[in-house]
Amino acid sequence: MSDEQERGSAAGAVASQWAELDPAGRPRDERPPEHGRGDAPGARDETAGAGGDLRTHFDVLFEQETGEGDQELGPLAETDAVELLIERGAVLRVPEDSALDPTLDPELDASSFGDGETMIINLGPQHPSTHGVLRVMLELEGETVLRSKPVIGYLHTGMEKTAEELTYVQGATNVTRMDYLSPLNNEICWCLAVEKLLDVEMPPRATWIRMLMSELNRISSHVMWAATNGMDLASTTMMIFGFREREMVLAFFEKTTGLRMNHNYVRPGGVAADLPDGWEDDVSVIVETIATRLDEYDELLTGQPIFRERTEGVGVIGPELALAMSATGPILRAAGVAWDLRRAMPYLAYDEVDFDVIVGTVGDTFDRYAVRLNEIRESIRIVRQILEKMPSGDYRVQDKKITPPPRARIDESMEALIHHFKLYTRGFEPPVGEIYSAIESPRGELGCYLVSDGSNKPYRMHWRGPSFVNLQSVPALLRGSLLADTVAILSSVDPVLGEVDR
Amino acid sequence: MTDVRDGVPDAPAPGGAPEGSLVAELAALDGVPVAYFRGDEVLFPARERYLAAAVALKGAGFAMCSDLCAVDYLAHMDRPLPDGVAAERFEVVVNLLSLERRRRVRLRVQVPEDDASVPTLFRCYPGSENMEREAFDLFGIRFTDHPDLTRILMPQDWEGHPLRKDYGTGRVPVQFKDAPGPR
Repeated sequence: MSDEQERGSAAGAVASQWAELDPAGRPRDERPPEHGRGDAPGARDETAGAGGDLRTHFDVLFEQETGEGDQELGPLAETDAVELLIERGAVLRVPEDSALDPTLDPELDASSFGDGETMIINLGPQHPSTHGVLRVMLELEGETVLRSKPVIGYLHTGMEKTAEELTYVQGATNVTRMDYLSPLNNEICWCLAVEKLLDVEMPPRATWIRMLMSELNRISSHVMWAATNGMDLASTTMMIFGFREREMVLAFFEKTTGLRMNHNYVRPGGVAADLPDGWEDDVSVIVETIATRLDEYDELLTGQPIFRERTEGVGVIGPELALAMSATGPILRAAGVAWDLRRAMPYLAYDEVDFDVIVGTVGDTFDRYAVRLNEIRESIRIVRQILEKMPSGDYRVQDKKITPPPRARIDESMEALIHHFKLYTRGFEPPVGEIYSAIESPRGELGCYLVSDGSNKPYRMHWRGPSFVNLQSVPALLRGSLLADTVAILSSVDPVLGEVDR
Repeated sequence: MTDVRDGVPDAPAPGGAPEGSLVAELAALDGVPVAYFRGDEVLFPARERYLAAAVALKGAGFAMCSDLCAVDYLAHMDRPLPDGVAAERFEVVVNLLSLERRRRVRLRVQVPEDDASVPTLFRCYPGSENMEREAFDLFGIRFTDHPDLTRILMPQDWEGHPLRKDYGTGRVPVQFKDAPGPR
């Protein structure tokens, strides 16, 4: 059955629930008698059979919201952004292959392309400024972008399906490859989800090591973003600067975890190894150097007229629209919503460190730049506190069903050998249940939904990638902007395509 | 993990919804089965009440649909569910977030295999658009009245829905010209 047919047969038992509600999700003040509801015989029977549950419920809703007047879209100035988006749309809803040659597609409604004054062009997926294999279809009128559609999936490798085939211990190697610019945050998200399922408590040192790595990773991710954003806006100096700073952090990661990316360092039950000797000195050097270099960024970009011209007032998104589009991270905070999971729903030990949540006021590209730049400063502040407060003790739980025994124990203890063998061949088996656990990654809310059926592998793993969800805001950001600003706006969303496509 | 966990009991109190529960607070959720696991509050609205429940929750401050996904319970039709919930093959799982209350709530909607469709949340949560497209793409669950229900991750001409449990793995032909057939 093709997609078209499937969509066509959508008039199922629940097809018309929306018919009862107006565009903003509020119930209509006058319910159309039997409007659309009776299409499927099953639906009618169900409503009647359920003792009028549904009816009663809707009746309550109607009573609350009557007297609202016409449900038509009012004057532009009085319509809020969310309603406008739903009604008029910033998303170009045409088939993905139609932009190749619209005339070849007989099913395509020519009117969806406007009055002939508009054209559709493709940006990507091989365009250097799309940060990977993102393709954006842009409807242009002259140089102004009207509607657009991000087309994704070019990097889809079925990682959620793969996760169902890997044990919980192996799972961290899978998720670390999704958002390749903040692999440690991915691992932390995975491990917190698994540990929530297991209901185990981490030793304090494991928690603080994770927090240190998370913040260093946030710094490296944000300077990497500053670098590519600079390159997109034709500042190659910024690109060299950003990569230079990121290199320092990656060198420390390599020293600690053995790898520069895809570390598999954070594991269920703690971390893979303790921090190396002299880590305090290394980390101090990193944060002190980057702290001074952030001032160079300020000199180079923040006050620079060309940079400000290209970013101020470009790609504006307001708080209501950002919330409605489920945007999180710097996009939401730049719009003025002080929402940071580290502060609002603290995980690890973020309630024990002092930091500010950076918010913007306008929600434009410049605000998103400023939010990220100042978040690096806040991360540095957190890292300095971690340097002072790092507790001593175990770096993983001493439950041998969850973490492996030390290598030396295997030679002398039969039990240790068995634990080691069982852990690496079969792994552990969490209780039956399903949980959702989220952290604040550099790009926003990174969530993991895990369903356990009591076996050693997750029955279902769903990854709430902030890049994937934030990409929905792109059409709203692009609408009405110039083609030349598209690159700046795309860059300010900071999508990582490995996470978008998974 | 969160402040709100303290107020949420581990098991529903006998005879009615527990204190602090959304079911007790919102009339629209009256009678909706509820369960708690590790501090997460999970509601099980029937498919016919799913949309009204989401609208009511949005009205109660759950401004963001932070996640939407589907699960194929083909191998676990006898999974533990609260009283009054009949297990179906698919579940649509929606995570709503309230910024004011700093609280999450999860909706699990049972979706039968022979009519795998649920109403879209697009009109009250426009941000669910891509997530619903993903659930359609990977599970074949139709979201009725969705503005653009097309495949999002897989190619447009792909057959089947890969995250279904009965979708064969390791049997997909290599997608190159002159490929020598199935791996």
